[in-house]
Amino acid sequence: MSTHIGFDFTPPDVPGKVTGEIKYAEDYKREGMVFARLLTSPLPSGRVVGIDATEALRMDGVLGIFTADDLPPVAPPGNPALASEYVSFVGQPILAVAAITEEIAESAIEKIRVDFERRPFVVDPLESLSPGGANAYPEGNTLVRTQEEGPEGTPIRGAEIRDIKWPQSAIDALRAGKEPAGGEFTTEWTFGDLDAGFAEAAAIVEEPFVTIGYPHHSLESRTCMAYWENGKCYFHGSSQSQSANDNGLARMLDIDPANLIFINEATGGGFGSKIGPYPYMAISGNFAKRLNRPLQLRITREQEFYIGSARSGMQGWIRMGVKENGKVSAIDLVVVNDGGMTGAGSGNSSAQHVTVAYQPENMRFRGISVYTNTTPRGAQRGPGQNEMAAVLAPIADKAAKAIGMDRVAFRRINAIDSGGFQGGGQGPVTSAFVREALDQGMRTFGWAEKNALAKQNGSKVRGLGVGIGYHGAGGRGYDGLVRIGPDGRLYIHSGVGNLGTYSYAGTCRAAAEALQVPWERCEILRGRTDNHLPHSSGQGGSNTIFTHTRTNWVAAQDAITKLKEIAAQDLGGAPEDYTIGDERVFASAEPGRGLTYAQAAARAIELGGKFSGEEYPDDINPITQRAVQGLAGSGLIGVAKDNIPGEGQPPGILVGFCEIELDKDTGKIEILDYTAIADCGTVVHPKNFENAMRGGAVWGVGLAAFERHVYDPQNGLPANTGLYQSKPPTYLDVNVETKMGAVNIPDPQNPTGGRGIGEPTQGAAAAALASAISDALDGHVFNTAPTTTDMIINHLAGNDYSTKYLKTNTF
Amino acid sequence: MLVRCISQDLILTSHLAYDAEPTRVRVLSPRNTDRHAFHNKKTEHCSVNLQLTRRRFIKGVIFSGAAATSGAGVYLAANAQSGNGGMERLISLTINGRTRRVDVPPTETLANTLRYRLNLTGTKIGCNRGECGACTVLIDGVPNYACSVLTHNIKAKQVLSIEGVKADDGTLHAVQQAFIAENAPQCGFCTPGQVMSAVALLANNPRPTKAEAAQAMSGNLCRCGAYEHYLNGVLRASGQIA
Repeated sequence: MSTHIGFDFTPPDVPGKVTGEIKYAEDYKREGMVFARLLTSPLPSGRVVGIDATEALRMDGVLGIFTADDLPPVAPPGNPALASEYVSFVGQPILAVAAITEEIAESAIEKIRVDFERRPFVVDPLESLSPGGANAYPEGNTLVRTQEEGPEGTPIRGAEIRDIKWPQSAIDALRAGKEPAGGEFTTEWTFGDLDAGFAEAAAIVEEPFVTIGYPHHSLESRTCMAYWENGKCYFHGSSQSQSANDNGLARMLDIDPANLIFINEATGGGFGSKIGPYPYMAISGNFAKRLNRPLQLRITREQEFYIGSARSGMQGWIRMGVKENGKVSAIDLVVVNDGGMTGAGSGNSSAQHVTVAYQPENMRFRGISVYTNTTPRGAQRGPGQNEMAAVLAPIADKAAKAIGMDRVAFRRINAIDSGGFQGGGQGPVTSAFVREALDQGMRTFGWAEKNALAKQNGSKVRGLGVGIGYHGAGGRGYDGLVRIGPDGRLYIHSGVGNLGTYSYAGTCRAAAEALQVPWERCEILRGRTDNHLPHSSGQGGSNTIFTHTRTNWVAAQDAITKLKEIAAQDLGGAPEDYTIGDERVFASAEPGRGLTYAQAAARAIELGGKFSGEEYPDDINPITQRAVQGLAGSGLIGVAKDNIPGEGQPPGILVGFCEIELDKDTGKIEILDYTAIADCGTVVHPKNFENAMRGGAVWGVGLAAFERHVYDPQNGLPANTGLYQSKPPTYLDVNVETKMGAVNIPDPQNPTGGRGIGEPTQGAAAAALASAISDALDGHVFNTAPTTTDMIINHLAGNDYSTKYLKTNTF
Repeated sequence: MLVRCISQDLILTSHLAYDAEPTRVRVLSPRNTDRHAFHNKKTEHCSVNLQLTRRRFIKGVIFSGAAATSGAGVYLAANAQSGNGGMERLISLTINGRTRRVDVPPTETLANTLRYRLNLTGTKIGCNRGECGACTVLIDGVPNYACSVLTHNIKAKQVLSIEGVKADDGTLHAVQQAFIAENAPQCGFCTPGQVMSAVALLANNPRPTKAEAAQAMSGNLCRCGAYEHYLNGVLRASGQIA
């Protein structure tokens, strides 16, 4: 019976958040700390011809200047911390100046003279693909991967830039909502027989779509502070992840990872933009080393807009064939990604969403990712999947309507189950229960009852929508590390980052459950490398719940094995004669014969070897090896790599149902009801599940109705760098109570049953809202995310200029 | 400021980037990449742009604000206008019921004083321009963005920051207790500001409706989207839910 999994608790960092006592990177000061500020590019594209810092360096209090020459060269398509020769977007850092105060550093920046040569720029991928179109880089306009891509958020390796142009006819066709015949792609896959699939179709729907990228806007900017002592670098950074940063950050600082102390107790939002070490960390750490002073590089809100990453945009086209029984027989999908200055798009992930949401019998995907002179792009909450969910939902509704099928029934007949597949490789999933989620959602929402209600009420019209969100949600092969101290307490060492999802804490409950230790007798050690933290995944991709309930579970199992071995050694019999309970290990047949955990831990220290961490398994990561070495001799050590057998991707899936009232006079949308049901295995921590569900719903509203980059195509300048201008939803935009639930069927490949759910919560909400907007307007397909109020008003007035031609920068 | 342009199509961007951009920047034509050659070339001041329609100009002016903030940044921009922020003066402030004497230049914001002179780092700076509310403090009981208040202007006033919300014996305020019970914070960066707005709301309206609470809290952005949790926390703190 569960004692911890599925029950609420208060994560230990919550009280510090409500009192303001918990510290973020910028809250740290250090004796002798100096301050660095960035000089950034005012141009969307150009070449730095000369830098004259003479006047700045003469100023009292200025300590030095740091440029790309102080860092290892980064060849395109890498994202350099500081531009070396070419600048590729407005706001790109060129150099940093350090001074004894921020004011002096700021003033010194003003004294620096930079000579630029201007280059042509481009802010719309299709413009760049057009014959004669500008390229964002001198080398070309397209990111081409030469190796398989790494996990989301990891640096691009094995890639090159090419110059690809399409015939004008292909550009015109895509802008007109037709297949861009003759266009060249860099990613392509097919399964099944596409032609046969379309031949079987009773109805074929063909639509273009455009989604606009937008910034992460993490409320805490990526300010860092670093100092060096005795050859070690102490680095205060703002990251979603903890020990997953160790190797990459150490490489940036050119040190052995053993000499890095990365400190990150709390992170003020990341949403994908802080999964791994970001390039600008190299400035703080290396500049501090050069000056031999603690150095803080503060990033302003504006700079966070520029360098804080953004979602990629899409311009695309889809053709969907549906059989009379509702089964999707064929899908042909084209995605042109706006990769910004980093070039990477999420087209393949978008296609993956299509495969999971509709399980097509035959499918082709063609994609290309184009550089533009806009901000760097990277993983953002459900990258690819969520924006695809938003634009696809109304198109799927149109397909359902074409065969006269209810929209939920259409999704139900195409729903993935445990025998289903994901992605172009049609890989397996660990389990999936989407039909159950749809059924539960229909009941909770009252789909049938609401469909029977009147639609029009004066100028207001009701709309109902349904959507599916999906993201792969779990990894394997990381390490777990627990320690039973001679005080009898359970110390759970977690290398998981704290990005505000509390998964670092929820996953630790797996160890407490396995060892049957009351939560108040457990302590989590985390947040800084010298807390001896094991090798953990990066906190992205909704993976942590699956990945690290497993690692903590296997570490606990190792501890249990050692407890039994110590008991058998001291008290006689074989280890298998013993069991655990009430913080004791005891003989199953004679419960009085046993040791308390405290006694067993003391014996482990005496026995040494594997019991107290002097020896450890061969297959654990070097990061974990160092952590165990640091703990050796301090208690009974449980340490193991997650070798739990199994295959397939654990999916996180959500279905959302939305009811809106749309005012045809003003275009205003009011959400009357939002109901979401998750298929995420066992809910590990109910309160935290609610956090993810509600937060994701807010993000979904932002994606579907508000948030977007706007770059001026004439000047290449961003128009909405601030929070107010780019409009993350506020209290007043999402004033609705989310009704939520979960199928709550355990995943068979996780001893605790859990899978992740963080990202699809946004996709389902965005899809359900887009579906509802379309329904309110008699099935009109806007083909765009976001669908803003002005687009709705324009449509109602008979103008479609803001949603036509796949424009990426609409006002 | 020296602004010279050679090719006509450069004019708008260069004009925009330079007038507002505090960094001294010069654009060379792609044809003239050599710096000395540039100096010897016949140049003209670009006061008229034949391509510059009125609409483009208006957009350009709007954008120039964005461009201006990109180069040197605006953090402490008010302080930095005179380089060292003006002369510091010793003033007395009443923060969390205690008198604090501190040297502050007249252009410094309260957020800056709290965080960097008094080490009260619970007040967060999310935007430093009055958009997010993470720096909310109460001045004579009224929520204010500390990033948008000059410290010298509050000398005679009572300031309550997040550090002063709990009781002297360490007992948490009802709002803080309720936010914990609701697991309201996610990343937590906006949370001190949310607490301050909620404390002010309940002091004036002990039993607000959810809609009233949303209005009162609407100056506090939460990028994680924990709005419902905070609102439920307000209702819990006011005794309307248990």
